[in-house]
Amino acid sequence: MNRFMDYLKRIWAVVDDRTGISELVGPLLNHLVPPNTGWAYVFGSATLIAFTIQVVTGIALATAYIPSTQDAYNSLQFISNSSFGHVLRGMHYFGASAMVVLVGIHAVRVFLMGSFKFPREANWLTGLLLLALTLGMGFTGQLLRWDQNAIWSVVVGAEMAGKAPIVGDLIAKFLLAGQTIGGATLSRFAAFHVFFIPALIFGFLGFHLFLVIRNGISEPPEPGRVVDPKTYRSWYEKLLQERGVPFWPHVAWRDVVFGAGVVLVILALALIFGAPPLGSPPDPTLIQANPRPDWYLLWFFALLAMSPPSLETAVILLFPLAGGLLLMALPFVANRGERSYKRRPWAVGAVLMVVLMIGTLGVAGKRANWSPDFNPTPLPAAVVGADSGPVAEGAVLFNERGCQNCHMIAGYGGRRGPDLTTVGSRLTAGQMTIRIANGGTNMPAFAGTLSPDEMNKLVAFLQSRTTANPEIAIK
Amino acid sequence: MTERRDSQSEPTTFGPMNRRQFLTSISLAAAGLSAVLAGVPIVGFLVSPLLQKDPEVWRAVAKVNDLQVGETKEVVFSDPSPLPWAGVAADTAAWLRRTGSQDFVAFAINCTHLGCPVNWLPQANLFMCPCHGGVYNNDGTVAAGPPPEPLVKYPVRINGDQVEIRTSPLPITG
Repeated sequence: MNRFMDYLKRIWAVVDDRTGISELVGPLLNHLVPPNTGWAYVFGSATLIAFTIQVVTGIALATAYIPSTQDAYNSLQFISNSSFGHVLRGMHYFGASAMVVLVGIHAVRVFLMGSFKFPREANWLTGLLLLALTLGMGFTGQLLRWDQNAIWSVVVGAEMAGKAPIVGDLIAKFLLAGQTIGGATLSRFAAFHVFFIPALIFGFLGFHLFLVIRNGISEPPEPGRVVDPKTYRSWYEKLLQERGVPFWPHVAWRDVVFGAGVVLVILALALIFGAPPLGSPPDPTLIQANPRPDWYLLWFFALLAMSPPSLETAVILLFPLAGGLLLMALPFVANRGERSYKRRPWAVGAVLMVVLMIGTLGVAGKRANWSPDFNPTPLPAAVVGADSGPVAEGAVLFNERGCQNCHMIAGYGGRRGPDLTTVGSRLTAGQMTIRIANGGTNMPAFAGTLSPDEMNKLVAFLQSRTTANPEIAIK
Repeated sequence: MTERRDSQSEPTTFGPMNRRQFLTSISLAAAGLSAVLAGVPIVGFLVSPLLQKDPEVWRAVAKVNDLQVGETKEVVFSDPSPLPWAGVAADTAAWLRRTGSQDFVAFAINCTHLGCPVNWLPQANLFMCPCHGGVYNNDGTVAAGPPPEPLVKYPVRINGDQVEIRTSPLPITG
């Protein structure tokens, strides 16, 4: 056994001598890290592990996925129905979600601990680029499912890009890879998802990691210990020499343990839930579509939907631009001073506000109350409260003329317009007639499509929706 | 021992430049020129969709008698020059409305708000968008909601007993 080990050691000595692996990796593993970094520092490496899962599962998916508009959907069905394909797609899906969550937590940790301050400004900037590229991977990956949702998401994306002044039309056509959705559209997005964006991620990731080594891992902040660019580097070097610990294994073990946990959670989610279901087959001529992004962009989707129309273009174009510029400006305007979040209440408030905004808008985006319900269940007789007569006929008109697409009664119908379950207690028949006939900002006028008799029946039905009928007011 | 030869040990000059400056310049020029030349076909291929304009052709989408006056129907037509592997992605839909015995109007199915496919509600005589609830009248004008402009119309003509639509790019409202 010993002879065998000696033999291996001699082989390794030759390999190492000719390749310089120890010279390359040794300093990386043994570089000194400030003491007491703890579990808060594991999210960067965990993001890298999630990215690695994406690369590996992506390569495996690419062995069967066909990036052609004609075959992509069928090839995904083949993958989803094969022995391990369902889990593989699930790993890729949950890996993407994990990457978005982890890169977000990592950014928040860096922000709250003031790790973006001198001398780590470039670490922050490259990290922001990686965050943006991660979201870009998420969006392009969603389109590669090439189902009905994906096709119309491309159209919506092109329309949004088209709102940019001067170059909007060109960007839209660049995204579509032509004048309209066609054979080249999917292969273009596939190239972005598989080659272009990952290449940028690899490049900036390498630079980011180089900067982490060069500038050192930031020490945990303490209230009152401020960053002074004139003295920080020498102070940091002294800290490392006096109290620093080698990265491997004293710090890295947490990264490995947490990273292994991330891998296991992704695998478990993929095993339990599998791949995200594919929507209807892709066909630009099928109009039953309601495109919406995956969960991590739902908040922006909701922000657009809830913005006043007059501000919508500004929100589409300026909100991401302003947000990005603000984050990029951060290390330039605040690269010194206090690092501890305990002395930076505005930083804590900003994080809470952003988390709250993304959370609430995400929930709103999931519900999408602004979208009409195109297939509302007709109101049951128990809710209508009549089998015949004007009230019953008005209920039928309420469904047939599209009122129920936007208005809910007793839990049946869309949520775009006001709930009309008890509208009879709020509005008189005259007020209702005026409203229905003339419409409003978000409601079309029905004067031209409803006869006087139909109008009377509809109003009679709505007048019967009162708080005095609680048994028909609740689903 | 290798002899060190640099600008300090060899003050050779080429006009206003010394050897070091000359070699630096020629290296940068060679690298830059080759990169630019190699980049021309790459970038050109990527941006070519922006520059080329698809031919606009007339496509038969229905027979005149397929629609009653006042009726609106979804029709499907193919792109002017679909790629062989495009499959159904080469098809586009439109809403065709017969407004008179020899009069037809064709609307793009794309909402002018963000491009989602509008649905026709025959009983309500309205187009409605599933995304944000934009509503259009039967003539394509905005009835309610966020759309900034009426539905885009395709050119329509009658050729014999066929109704034809002229293909157009995806309407980008901007």
